[in-house]
Amino acid sequence: MRKTFELIDLDCANCAAKMENGIKQLEGVTNASVNFLTQKMTVEADDARFSDVMKQVVKLCRRIEPDCEIVL
Amino acid sequence: MTKKQTKLLIRIGVGAVLLLAAVLLPVTGLWRLPLFLLPYCTVGYDVLWKAARNIVHGQVFDENFLMCVATLGALAIGEYPEAVFVMLFYQVGELFQSVAVGKSRRSIASLMDIRPDTANLLQNGEPVKVSPEDVRVGDVILIQPGEKIPLDGVVIEGASSLSTVALTGESAPRDVAPGDTVLSGCVNMQGVLQVRVQKPFAESTAVKILELVENAGAVKAKSENFITKFARWYTPVVVIAALLLAVVPPLVAGGWSQWIHRALIFLVVSCPCALVISVPLTFFGGIGGASRSGILIKGSQYMETLANVRTVVFDKTGTLTKGVFEVVAVHPHAVSEAQVLALAASAEQFSTHPIALSLRAAGKMLIPAEQVTDVQEVAGRGVAATVRGVPVLVGNEALLRDHGIAGHPCHKTGTIVHVAAGGKYLGHIVISDAVKPHAADAVARLKALGVARTVLLTGDRQAAAQEVAGALGIDELFAELLPGDKVDRVEALLDRQERGTLAFVGDGMNDAPVLARADVGIAMGGMGSDAAIEAADVVLMDDDPARVPQAVAIARHTLAIVRQNIAFALGVKALVLVLAAFGLAPMWLAVFADVGVSVIAILNATRALRVAA
Repeated sequence: MRKTFELIDLDCANCAAKMENGIKQLEGVTNASVNFLTQKMTVEADDARFSDVMKQVVKLCRRIEPDCEIVL
Repeated sequence: MTKKQTKLLIRIGVGAVLLLAAVLLPVTGLWRLPLFLLPYCTVGYDVLWKAARNIVHGQVFDENFLMCVATLGALAIGEYPEAVFVMLFYQVGELFQSVAVGKSRRSIASLMDIRPDTANLLQNGEPVKVSPEDVRVGDVILIQPGEKIPLDGVVIEGASSLSTVALTGESAPRDVAPGDTVLSGCVNMQGVLQVRVQKPFAESTAVKILELVENAGAVKAKSENFITKFARWYTPVVVIAALLLAVVPPLVAGGWSQWIHRALIFLVVSCPCALVISVPLTFFGGIGGASRSGILIKGSQYMETLANVRTVVFDKTGTLTKGVFEVVAVHPHAVSEAQVLALAASAEQFSTHPIALSLRAAGKMLIPAEQVTDVQEVAGRGVAATVRGVPVLVGNEALLRDHGIAGHPCHKTGTIVHVAAGGKYLGHIVISDAVKPHAADAVARLKALGVARTVLLTGDRQAAAQEVAGALGIDELFAELLPGDKVDRVEALLDRQERGTLAFVGDGMNDAPVLARADVGIAMGGMGSDAAIEAADVVLMDDDPARVPQAVAIARHTLAIVRQNIAFALGVKALVLVLAAFGLAPMWLAVFADVGVSVIAILNATRALRVAA
């Protein structure tokens, strides 16, 4: 399943790159991209585990860029 | 400016006044520190807070951390005004950067403003405003003049002309009438239209194009990957260099505070942000700008391949030629061109044969139907009829020969239609697939852009291919190819290619394997064709070959800006590092090398938006 989420207050391009790399390394994630310019995040993961994966994603993003909010 | 930005601006203003006061007040001794800490904290408390929080989260070496170490270090060695000023300058840079990025992001977004917000759904004859997502296939929507068409569909009532400029970059309006297909993203300019929806919103043209352009960021260019990799190494390396600079020389020669000061400057310069942001922003701007001209580039990687194109391979029919048969020449014999055409078109006016259609399209004055009698279609030959009492023959040489008339042979290639009346030869008409108006110009412009070789591939006959290639100035041609042969030809060309990349331009319908095999596949006339959008790396929304050199020019322009930004940012940083190592760079210069360079690089990146037409 592939889903796109909006990001609010993603302020730094380097953090976006870090988030993207981090999400890609999460278990169950097949692909991910964090687009600083469109302020959007796309996550591709197994259907069955998607909500679990998203929890991990949110946790990871909060650690890298606490100001940035993911619109779920 | 956003609320956040305004708040930062106020803090910078207050901080600047407090700093000025602290410098001017004649305070000495212990009280100087709190006096300078006041503006320092006003301006930089969030940086301190973020740095502390990020360290807790395991994120060291981010720019907040580096700024904190640098300024706290400056405070520790007694450089109070410098510490505050550096923090202030850094925040000014951050503010500029955030405003500049926001602005260019918005201008790119407005370029791609084809997403419709509402649709007027007809329910029991009354229009109801709904979100386009809620409209189902088969529903009827109403489109008022001036409105964007929200969903793809077919016109069932009304006539209008549409502006397709947002989709194709083509400014000439397109007329539509009942039965015609309309695409979302076009703007209705005149009449009220009723449209039966054919595709759900998620599959509509406007949404597809937006997705394509927005996802273009996922396919990264080499220079983009280089920068991300570089950034990952650059910061730790400079930080280690700073540590060495702070410790090694003073151990040998002493002068701790002087060397620590220089090391702190290193820390400020070590931030990779200018590069990390400006390179993707430039590509994004280039992709956004190109989409404005109806050139959809599916990733920044293809910008690079496009910019290095040395060989362009064209498909013939539908790409360089219109793909429809047209009268291209009339060679009359003792009568006028118009007379020959009128006579041929009139005799053929009841036929539905493609030749008859093109004759009728060219012949403006038709002789009224009741004066054309005894119409006889001779299969494989043509038409015999009686026009105003005179027997008329319109067809190939065989038809004339059957009636004992000698036709003149023609040097042109294409289908030759001979015309005779009352037993006398009147001349002939040449019908063939006409070359698109900008095709020759497109080939010439590609050559001017340094494309070394242009190639024509076609399934058509050698003679027809030769004529097109000759007229357009194409270097090589391979005719009478089967669809599978095209891939082999392109592979052979790829093998021969020493430098640069190979682009294939096709109309996307049955060229998918070739589009995929070429370094960069350019599909033409992508409006509404899913196959083309799927298979190609670059999609040209209209079918104008002149977009090909334009796409190459945009790619080069964008890449030039990328290179400028990389060279400028790395150059300034390297220079400041060297100067700092010898104690020649003040700390504010280091801040400039960080945020100042970012802002300049961002402003430069926005130039990629402005497209050379």
